[in-house]
Amino acid sequence: MSTAFPLQTRRKTVSLAPAQSIEWLGIVALVALIAAQAAGVLTSPPDRDMGNLQKIMYVHVPAAWNAFIAFFVVAVSSLLYLWKGEERHDLLAASAAEVGTLFTGLTLALGSIWGRPTWGVWWTWDPRLTSTALLFIVFVGYLALRSFVEDTDRRAQWSAAVGILGALNVPIVYMSVKWWRTLHQMQSNPSTVDPEYVVGLRTNGIAILLVLIYFIIKRYRAARMERAAEHLAQRAALGGI
Amino acid sequence: MLAADLRRVRAIVWKDLTSERRSKAGFNSVAFLGVLILLLFGFALGPDTEALRNAAAGALWLAILFAGVLAFNRSYQLELDGAALEPLLLYPAPRWTIFAGKFVANLLFVLLLEVIVVPVAIVLFQVKAGTGWIPAIGVLLLGSGGFVALGTFYASMASRSRAREVLLPLLLFPMLVPVLLASSEASSSLLAGNPMQDAGAWVKLLTAFDVIFLVASFLAFDHVIEV
Amino acid sequence: MLTASLQPTVKLDRLSRRFGTRWALRAVTLEVEPGEVVGVIGHNGSGKSTLLRVISTALRPSVGEGWVYGHHLVRDAVDVRRHIGFLAHSPGLYEDLTATENLMFAARMLGISEGGIAGTLDRVGLAHARDERVRGFSAGMQRRLALARLILGSPRLLLLDEPYNNFDPQGIELVNEVIEDARRAGGSAFVVLHDQRQGDRVLDRVIELSRGALLGSNAEAQPLTLATT
Repeated sequence: MSTAFPLQTRRKTVSLAPAQSIEWLGIVALVALIAAQAAGVLTSPPDRDMGNLQKIMYVHVPAAWNAFIAFFVVAVSSLLYLWKGEERHDLLAASAAEVGTLFTGLTLALGSIWGRPTWGVWWTWDPRLTSTALLFIVFVGYLALRSFVEDTDRRAQWSAAVGILGALNVPIVYMSVKWWRTLHQMQSNPSTVDPEYVVGLRTNGIAILLVLIYFIIKRYRAARMERAAEHLAQRAALGGI
Repeated sequence: MLAADLRRVRAIVWKDLTSERRSKAGFNSVAFLGVLILLLFGFALGPDTEALRNAAAGALWLAILFAGVLAFNRSYQLELDGAALEPLLLYPAPRWTIFAGKFVANLLFVLLLEVIVVPVAIVLFQVKAGTGWIPAIGVLLLGSGGFVALGTFYASMASRSRAREVLLPLLLFPMLVPVLLASSEASSSLLAGNPMQDAGAWVKLLTAFDVIFLVASFLAFDHVIEV
Repeated sequence: MLTASLQPTVKLDRLSRRFGTRWALRAVTLEVEPGEVVGVIGHNGSGKSTLLRVISTALRPSVGEGWVYGHHLVRDAVDVRRHIGFLAHSPGLYEDLTATENLMFAARMLGISEGGIAGTLDRVGLAHARDERVRGFSAGMQRRLALARLILGSPRLLLLDEPYNNFDPQGIELVNEVIEDARRAGGSAFVVLHDQRQGDRVLDRVIELSRGALLGSNAEAQPLTLATT
């Protein structure tokens, strides 16, 4: 087993040379978001049941999609880290996890806000919302673990393992909750794929994806600069070795 | 050589169980806690028979979960107390033997816990055992397997961190939602006398869950125990 | 006397280890030949125990590499473990098990026969306590049992962290015998000491650590901690 996943950590030195600025991406993402939201709000008619409350979907649903994308990034980076031992994969996983937690929290909050006037309850045991809530808790657990461990090697190995196992469980959780719901004959969630809304959802999906990418890259760069500074100080402490 | 490795696994099972048996605290307290949790559930749900019967499988599982996690941290506590973890890791033993040994020891502990807690649940929650009670036991065993595999895995990290009492449930419980759902649903339907087909899909889910996470835990253990 | 050999027992190259921002070992470079017994001295916190733990593979180096009998400390860790015997500060025994049971467990984990247990207990002077639980042992008895566990595996490289502590004169004699046995078999030993004179009879040379660095190396003069935000 050990031969397939070498355990030693090979650290590549990280340079402090300023990276290409990605502020342009931030501006593009912001513009895209505003445009997509405007397009969604203005071009789609009010839902016959929900009225204008439906517009919240244009943030809630894309946020959910992107939270799952973030978690996918966490899973893949964690696998890469365990396989290759390169620190940058660990930092990318951690950055994606932080941003993903934010988006997941947003999804849950919006889902709740939408649910109240629609069904009269703040929470519904709908498969998607429940899976998202569980995803949120798994993310939080991941971040809690990282905050409790100081040794960088240990923190990286442990969170990679936790991230991968968490990711493995997401489809299983989704299926379980879905079956559970059908068994108890609960109301199914109103469809979000009404043709009138699809275009709005997709454009917002892409806009929020740009926001996600921008946040993750910023966070990742900050993390890498921190590590680079530590490595330089480390070399100094060891006498230039 | 496999024979030497199996001998190592047996040695760890023997060591963990013998130490557990001889330590004064331990199993008795955990079993008692399980019973206590069932009692509390009874109080919380109220004396209505119908409500109790419906909640029985869920309450049973929660009692097993909360009492069981105590076992997992304890299994590593054995090593940590006497600073025996380092010597343990210095034997020329492949890491999977350590995981396998602890998994088996924890599984036996949890099964013994269930031997006590299940009858108490049947009595307190006025469960009418239908014809499906043997498959229901099977479902319990399957669920326990997944529970113990993940518990043994996460405890190897939590027991060595700060805030271990909260970290283990925080990491472990979200992972167990499928087990909770599958076991509760399957047990309920089997005890109500429904034929196996209804519970069949849940059993398949549980089996897949167990296989996936047993393998994943074995593979990941190498990485987390080393460092 | 140095014996002709193909390779050193232990070879360390700029071995360093940190805990958070504190460097416990800094660029330690050295070689130990077969038959050599090396004493390690230094103040508290100078990295003596850490050095032994890294060589034993209990800890991984943060920077640098090491080899034991040609086996790499990280890549060939399992092979390294076959050759070493570690006597740590704390005995690391299972208190609810008896002396014999502790050794039985060790034998099974080492992959060797349990036949030598009685003889080993005899040798360390614990035959009378063989069926008593370790919980009731004095500190000296626990150390003897830890020593017995070490001897069981007949290791070629001994890593002894303050082995003379908590020992009466017979115990000290026992430790020296064990070191001599290893030396005669072509092995080596690192012996951490507070006081160099304790090991006068067995040491071939002495190295001194100061704040993680080997005295006499150029890593000594460097600042101690990382300047982090």
